[in-house]
Amino acid sequence: MPTFVEEKTMKRVTVKQEACIGCGLCQVYCTIEHSKTKDPIKAYLQEQPKPVSRVRVETSKPNSISIRCQQCKDTPCVNACLTGAMTLDKETGLVTHDPEKCIGCWTCVMVCPYGAVKPDSTGKIIAKCDLCPDREVPACVENCPNEALVCEEVDE
Amino acid sequence: MTKYVIIGGSAGGIGAVEAIREVDPAGELVVISDEKVPQYSRPMISEYVSREATLDTMKYRADQFWKDNNVQALTGHVATKIDFAKKMVELDGKQTISYDKLLIATGGKPFVPRMEGSDKSGVFTFTELSSAEGIEAKVEQSKSAVVIGGGLIGVSAAEALVKRGIKVTLVELKDKILNLILDETASDIAEKVLTDDGVTVITGQSVQKILGKQDKPDTVGGVVMTDGTQISCDLVVVAIGVIPRTDLVKDSAVKVNRGIVVDRHMQTSVADVYACGDVAEAHDFLINGNRLLPLWPLAHLGGRVAGYNMAGKQTEYEGGTVMSSLKYFDLPVITVGTVNPQNISDYEVLVEYKPEKTVYKKILLKDGKIEGFIFLGDLEKAGIFFRLLKNSVDVTEIKDMLLSEDFGIVALPEQLRQEMFVVN
Repeated sequence: MPTFVEEKTMKRVTVKQEACIGCGLCQVYCTIEHSKTKDPIKAYLQEQPKPVSRVRVETSKPNSISIRCQQCKDTPCVNACLTGAMTLDKETGLVTHDPEKCIGCWTCVMVCPYGAVKPDSTGKIIAKCDLCPDREVPACVENCPNEALVCEEVDE
Repeated sequence: MTKYVIIGGSAGGIGAVEAIREVDPAGELVVISDEKVPQYSRPMISEYVSREATLDTMKYRADQFWKDNNVQALTGHVATKIDFAKKMVELDGKQTISYDKLLIATGGKPFVPRMEGSDKSGVFTFTELSSAEGIEAKVEQSKSAVVIGGGLIGVSAAEALVKRGIKVTLVELKDKILNLILDETASDIAEKVLTDDGVTVITGQSVQKILGKQDKPDTVGGVVMTDGTQISCDLVVVAIGVIPRTDLVKDSAVKVNRGIVVDRHMQTSVADVYACGDVAEAHDFLINGNRLLPLWPLAHLGGRVAGYNMAGKQTEYEGGTVMSSLKYFDLPVITVGTVNPQNISDYEVLVEYKPEKTVYKKILLKDGKIEGFIFLGDLEKAGIFFRLLKNSVDVTEIKDMLLSEDFGIVALPEQLRQEMFVVN
């Protein structure tokens, strides 16, 4: 039986490592975007639980990179998930996380090769990059001052 | 058209169904499970007993999973015999079902040692939903419990019962709880967290006898420890471990060591017969050999690999190793590989301990490679270490940075980073 594969495009954030200056603004804007109020002062000083960045800037002079979920095709976190909270959306190729089903067992944290899945500030569930579903362009990309972060549509 | 039969509808069986359907949407697919609702998350039994989850929220896959994947789900039925020559599975001792490809994903059964009184009402294990439902039915009328076994299942049982207001005594035969996956320091931290939350931990002892109640001798009333001490209780949970459920391949051509031995394609010694999960002895990438590793993520992964191969897509199982993440009593821990070697002098040990922050990290290196690590309190980069261990990477060059705050993918040598971490 022949199978027909539709031409699909998927949203991805890529980092130009030579352009990343390690300023950390991607972390700041990620934190604000994933806060309740979306207000920087309230997000950082008042909100409980504290919103967390799903992006991590790593620096080892002179290099720095901005790391987030890579939406791995072999999905180690999905395969390891104990509850079915982590799933691969076959339409978008995105690894999505259902906070309602997550019990914070940290199995995905253990197997994520990028260290891009982490406990959130409640310590009850994980947090990871969701590519900002409410925005056309993810917050980290839009606010990167040196255009080191790029949001692309990639063909699968 | 290929006909697939899978015995077992838990992590491994479900993984196989998903993989088979990716490759072969049309083949006939039968899943046999003795459980009525097999698609639940076994590790969530603890959440069920603590009432943090319901039967509904603990579903690993939705109820329509079987239908959506065009599976004939024979739930509540028992595979009683396999005829490997005729390629037939006997169901409930009556009718037979033929197969082209068979997966044995029967899991493990909780080990209950011979012990006087173990047949009394109020004695439970902790690996199946039916046990959890049994506990649920008794917990309201119970005041105290004894949990036998200080491993992962025992600790999870203790936590669940404490959350229900039960006074819990956890009994571990060895000197330390969680001794298979934690070193002394981490075990002591874990024990303190348990005792702070109200669990009484007794180590270096076991239960020799389960007693009945005075007025109801067939119902649990207490236990007698090896030193003769008596502890009164209303519930006993036996959580010593699981043993592979290999009954179906007994006296067959299927090679069994401690579990069913499978190759890197998850195939047994008999053609067209595959096995995965707690029943199987599959590849361990750390020891580079086969080993029983009764862990949920590996059952699922092994099931996926078996499924691909059954459906004709050649796939190699990357393997697993001793690997656990813990969250019990809100103490986050990730522990992988060899953490308690007997010949510790063969290892170089890197340690960081910040008791005030409840952060403890330990990395064991052998011949320049990471053989094991424990991350307690701060987990974020544990996955990077998991990959370095799994890929057997020589980290000599970056050894001094491994425990630094700044360690990360950026700190890896350029070539290694290019090979292993394609950062988009």
